[in-house]
Amino acid sequence: MFDLNDLYQEVVVDHNRSPRNFHAMPDASCKADGFNPLCGDKLTLYLRLNDEGVIEDISFEGSGCAISVASASLMTEQLKGKTEAEAEALFERFHEMVTSDVSEPAPENLGKLAVLSGVREFPSRIKCASLCWHTMKSALEGDQAPVKTE
Amino acid sequence: MSAAEIERGLDIAAVRDDFPILHQEVHGHPLVYLDNAATTQKPKCVIDTVQRYYTQENANVHRGVHHLSELSTKHYEGARDKVRRFINARSTREIVFVRGATEAINLVAQSYGRSHLKAGDEILITGMEHHSNIVPWQLLCEQTGTVLKVVPIDDEGKMDFAEFERLLSSRTRLVAMAHMSNALGTINPVKTVVEMAHAQGVPVLLDGAQATAHLQVDVQELDVDFYAISAHKMLGPTGIGVLYAKEALLEAMPPYQGGGDMISMVTFEKTHYNDLPYKFEAGTPHIAGVIGLGEAVDYLASVGLERIARHEHDLLAHATKRAEAFEGLTIIGTATHKASILSFVLKGVHPHDLGTILDRQGVAIRAGHHCAMPVMDRFGVPATARASFALYNTVEEVDRLFDALEYAQRMFA
Repeated sequence: MFDLNDLYQEVVVDHNRSPRNFHAMPDASCKADGFNPLCGDKLTLYLRLNDEGVIEDISFEGSGCAISVASASLMTEQLKGKTEAEAEALFERFHEMVTSDVSEPAPENLGKLAVLSGVREFPSRIKCASLCWHTMKSALEGDQAPVKTE
Repeated sequence: MSAAEIERGLDIAAVRDDFPILHQEVHGHPLVYLDNAATTQKPKCVIDTVQRYYTQENANVHRGVHHLSELSTKHYEGARDKVRRFINARSTREIVFVRGATEAINLVAQSYGRSHLKAGDEILITGMEHHSNIVPWQLLCEQTGTVLKVVPIDDEGKMDFAEFERLLSSRTRLVAMAHMSNALGTINPVKTVVEMAHAQGVPVLLDGAQATAHLQVDVQELDVDFYAISAHKMLGPTGIGVLYAKEALLEAMPPYQGGGDMISMVTFEKTHYNDLPYKFEAGTPHIAGVIGLGEAVDYLASVGLERIARHEHDLLAHATKRAEAFEGLTIIGTATHKASILSFVLKGVHPHDLGTILDRQGVAIRAGHHCAMPVMDRFGVPATARASFALYNTVEEVDRLFDALEYAQRMFA
């Protein structure tokens, strides 16, 4: 049986307690708001892109459950220096990981993000883990309306 | 029920035996179900009644002359009388079956509200309402230009009574409030509210969704004008509820929906509406749900609401004592007059994480905004964890809750 410690791995607990890149960004080139009405997770995501479409800086603010905060924190770490296309490709692989069947081995090419693979076993928490990614996509696409997970 | 009988208390083992669902393990632990404010579990007699209806009695009501139709009509109308007795209404003409408390409130907003309220009139609600006692009025306000006024709540989660007195003005045309708050557990001083509103000629709607499984409700004693009831929060089936309304009010209200059963004669020129309460029951109703609800109120009455209230009071007192002694825990909603709900936040652990961690210990609680986002805003929290108790919960289960909270806290330490 899946253990709670698979969901709340040490890295997750650590990123929840001390989220990385957790601040506003006055000179952001784009930003978006995300909201998960089920548990009240709220975040604002900031991105600064250079002329080549590379994410020079990324940060977030907000409040939410450990999964949503840790996921956003881990995401910002991973996306710095990536191009828009790379970011969207990583989102796809991340989405695949958190929604894949538990009987399948978790995808292996996700690096540190793999600590969130435990979410697969907790269907009600998938939205918490993916909120930041949806918000990132919306920021890149320049959507004005806040992202909602339901 | 005599004082001596209440004193004897609940036979908790016997009560628990009546609820089959309680006797199971979740994630390897005996289930501790503390999400009763969301929905209560159903006693075997209710489950059996619904099953018997479908296996032996199913037929449409109010139309057939055959045996089964007569039988289902008899049981359907019998349940109406059981509900009438349960809340002590004068007449079954005042008992309208609807889909739930939400629909009961929408019915009043659309039927009473649209025909009696106009631009500039005011509706008074409180800051502790469930969304179902906010949004129907907002819809009405958009349609009619009526203005929604909100009585604020204080730090304990009580309505600010001085503000209520101030806001109850010559423009007020309706007061609508929760009998008991689903997010905080606060019980409103509804009898006084009704008296004060009536002194100004203002009718009162009480949202009783949360109250009826925990408090003895007597609509005549309260002299309330509208009372909304949800069956599934009081041991009955989902998808069924009751609007109690004084007969004179119902008479003066236009139908809410049109269709079969709510008419006495239809031609293409003119339709004559049926008598009360059928004028408000368009279409084939949720017959099994109604009969199940009838069984549920019989069950509650047989156990005794006063006895249930006393048992739940003891559970809440024990839970509150443990919560107050729990490092890092803050109770949200500390009114003196409250029932069966412990809403709280735990430092360092988000309510949603608590929900997941407790679930893995077999403890079912609710984490979230409890369909009362303005209450969350008032207390400056995005969400709370909520343990809500019912007649079948035990002191040992409350202790299991706190064991699980300790475990969660260690995990995030």
